[in-house]
Amino acid sequence: MATLDQTVDVHEDHGPAKGITRWLYTTNHKDIGTLYLWFSLLMFFVGGTMALAIRAELFQPGMQLVEPALFNQMTTMHGLIMVFGAVMPAFVGLANWMVPMMVGAPDMAFPRLNNWSFWILPFAFIILLSTLFMEGGAPDFGWTFYAPLSTTYAPQSVTYFIFAVHMLGISSIMGAINIIATILNLRAPGMTMMKLPLFVWTWLITAFLLIAAMPVLAGVVTMMLMDIHFGTSFFNAAGGGDPVLFQHVFWFFAHPEVYIMILPGFGIISQIIPTFSRKRLFGYHSMVYATLSIAFLSFIVWAHHMFTVGMPLAGELFFMYTTMLISVPTGVKVFNWVATMFRGSLTFETPMLFAVSFVVLFTIGGLSGLMLAIAPVDFQYHDTYFVVAHFHYVLVPGAIFSIMAGVYFWLPKWTGHMYNERLGQLHFWLSFIGVNITFFPMHFLGLAGMPRRISDYALQFADFNMVSSVGAFIFGFSQLLFLYNVVQCIRGGRTATDQVWEGARGLEWSISSPPPYHTFTQPPLVK
Amino acid sequence: MRLIILALLSAGLYSPLFVAADWQVNLDQGATEISQAMYSLHMLIFYICVAIAVVVFGVMFWSIIRHRKSRGAEAHNFHESTTIEVAWSVVPFLILVIMAVPATKTLIAMYDPSDAELNIQITGSQWKWRYQYLEHDIDFISNLSTSQEQIDNKVKKSVNYLLEVDQPLVIPVNRKVRFLFTSNDVIHSWWVPALAVKQDAIPGFINEAWTKVSTPGTYRGQCTELCGVGHAFMPIVVSARPEAEFLQWVEEQSAQKQAEAVLAEKEWTLDELTAHGEQVYLKVCSVCHQPTGEGVPGAFPALKGSALMTGDINAHIDIVLNGRTGTAMQAFRDQLSAVDLAAVITYERNAWGNNSGDKVAPSQIQQQKQ
Ligand code: HEC
Ligand SMILES: [Cu+2]
Repeated sequence: MATLDQTVDVHEDHGPAKGITRWLYTTNHKDIGTLYLWFSLLMFFVGGTMALAIRAELFQPGMQLVEPALFNQMTTMHGLIMVFGAVMPAFVGLANWMVPMMVGAPDMAFPRLNNWSFWILPFAFIILLSTLFMEGGAPDFGWTFYAPLSTTYAPQSVTYFIFAVHMLGISSIMGAINIIATILNLRAPGMTMMKLPLFVWTWLITAFLLIAAMPVLAGVVTMMLMDIHFGTSFFNAAGGGDPVLFQHVFWFFAHPEVYIMILPGFGIISQIIPTFSRKRLFGYHSMVYATLSIAFLSFIVWAHHMFTVGMPLAGELFFMYTTMLISVPTGVKVFNWVATMFRGSLTFETPMLFAVSFVVLFTIGGLSGLMLAIAPVDFQYHDTYFVVAHFHYVLVPGAIFSIMAGVYFWLPKWTGHMYNERLGQLHFWLSFIGVNITFFPMHFLGLAGMPRRISDYALQFADFNMVSSVGAFIFGFSQLLFLYNVVQCIRGGRTATDQVWEGARGLEWSISSPPPYHTFTQPPLVK
Repeated sequence: MRLIILALLSAGLYSPLFVAADWQVNLDQGATEISQAMYSLHMLIFYICVAIAVVVFGVMFWSIIRHRKSRGAEAHNFHESTTIEVAWSVVPFLILVIMAVPATKTLIAMYDPSDAELNIQITGSQWKWRYQYLEHDIDFISNLSTSQEQIDNKVKKSVNYLLEVDQPLVIPVNRKVRFLFTSNDVIHSWWVPALAVKQDAIPGFINEAWTKVSTPGTYRGQCTELCGVGHAFMPIVVSARPEAEFLQWVEEQSAQKQAEAVLAEKEWTLDELTAHGEQVYLKVCSVCHQPTGEGVPGAFPALKGSALMTGDINAHIDIVLNGRTGTAMQAFRDQLSAVDLAAVITYERNAWGNNSGDKVAPSQIQQQKQ
């Protein structure tokens, strides 16, 4: 007994190790969360630079800066980096920081696994980015890498791409297992499932989606690898294979993936809106059930990405109906957020500004998604800029705004300093305006007939493309304000209170700002 | 206040766009019954979405304006209501049913290709479309006709920049035309918005779609599935003509075919062949092998200085006729006439310093084709 007490004492005293080894060997959820977040921000800027290269080329018709071969590499890498390098690691970083603190756990369930999950990522992306310098160029078949463009007709670097995807998959699956174990096993006494903050709930469900979807991705890239190097013909029609099979398997992964990139965002918004409305979240239970039904439905809608591949009528109808159904639970969420704001006592600090614009712009993306679900008209929308507009609305002012909202919301807790509010608001307004100027005209372009992923376009698309490119540069450069604000906040600033925000409720706000290196070494008791 | 400024700002930004002709913001009504049906469906869903947005955002902006702390608003305490929550699950579901009914009807109509009067097989290949009329002896390839100088901004761009081809697909109006889609290499997708036909052309598969154009005219579209570096450069032009004009066109095509047969018999000189070959090369081969014959390292081999160009003629003819399976080098045996093939091979053997002096006669091609 005595020895045990002693170890606990020793443990409580030690702070982080010094120097680089702190980050290399760390098993501390806060350190790993920080690593994930910085890594994701770096990738956000890398992927963003590629997006700006694309928009610069599309500023005017004709080929100017980025020739078609490089253009295709840019669209592909931009997509892959933003999905796997920016959005997903950012959510994992937020989960690392917040989930243990929200459920009253001392750390993640598997701290060493946690370290490994993170440290796989930089190597995977070094491999992926190195393809840009290889003969034949980087992957150029789109982030959806449809076979046979990505197999028989792919550049040599596709093998490196496959290897990188495998590593990313391993990292995500381990991260997901860790989050599930933490939530299910390390909750403080009294923290029942139906008391979990929504961020925790949405992450729990996301983690299950990851475990179900990532192996499918691993499977599909392995089949590609076999086709390319070992003479199989899974996707090669000349050998009796089936290129459409690729799309079925890919979208069986990629549709849940879409929800992996938005559910944690729903969670963040569900934390922020009640805080700044000074009112409890409306319909907590229905929020949980809505998330569960979205997760379930996300596995039976995949072929809505494939309405033009020549599916039989029955298939088209099935996928149209199931896809339309998703709007019911999604609607419930939006209504609940609005009802939470209704008759609250609202203030609009930066996190709330991002959260409110998330609700508005995500809803626009959701509504264009409903339009896309209507199979007969999807024949007109499919593979045009209308789709590009749709998924950028759900991913940029959707996923990315939710991440930024979360960072502004929790930054004072993490650092013990308030960020610069004026700068935060300026960042918000520039982002908000930039995002809309960039992506709103894309709806028009798509409806007017501009296909996606083209490096050059007909003259009637010139005007909106120019507008869109201007918006992209406004949005892109205003993110430097974000970087500056975060760095300033880490280095100093007004001291944050423990509760930080007047309306904040929950375990994470009961501990000091910044929290000690190890929180909840004694489990708190939840009433 | 900020929001109002923003609303004005965005309205100010977008409103002039709706009046200017060049700034098309909506779908085309198109030229067929199906395209009209799609348009109406699109507008119906759009208006429903706008209505939903107005209600949701209305309540939200009401709260944003009225229930601010700075105005002294105190938070109320309600946080659930089974009735309301059930209502806002059921009502959207009913709205979905309203959308699903016309959508299902339109889809069923689109999926009925029966009683087609003309069947055309459309084959995508990197980066051109081939049209074969199954009822007629007509078979041709349709290439982008915009010049490289326009793309490189060296000369002024034409009105139909990137949406023009050397030979359009010609179809009769008011006849049900069935299209059969397939591909030679990667997946392409054939889309003409005004006909409301978008169908993937997939290697090893045959997909079908149909159209019945009601107004004569020229309708333009593009490949919509990423298919490699030339994805932006494989447009589609459909010329829908009255029955009589269509039949006349069919006549012309067979006359032209006979003329070609005569040309193949003719005795060609080396100069004639290289001159014609250069044109074919620039039109068909230079996208990959480059006008300089130097190719693109790692993707498309250089022909300039290649041993094959001055070596075995039969092997050279063989690769151009039959392509090389599993690479972007496709079989040109059916895509080009014997004269074109003889000319382009002769050209390759004599251009860029490949001075073999060899001449390939069209008859040689015809022999090797067998
Ligand atoms: C879509 C791109 C593409 C087009 C268009 C194309 N080629 Fe090729 N070509 C290739 C590729 C790729 C190879 C290399 C095939 C291999 O790996 O063996 C090749 C190889 C060749 C070779 C063999 C070169 C050697 O030294 O072994 C010849 C000859 C050739 N092409 C001629 C032509 C001619 C003639 C045309 C036009 C009628 C043409 N190609 C059009 C992609 C193309
Ligand atoms: Cu194509």
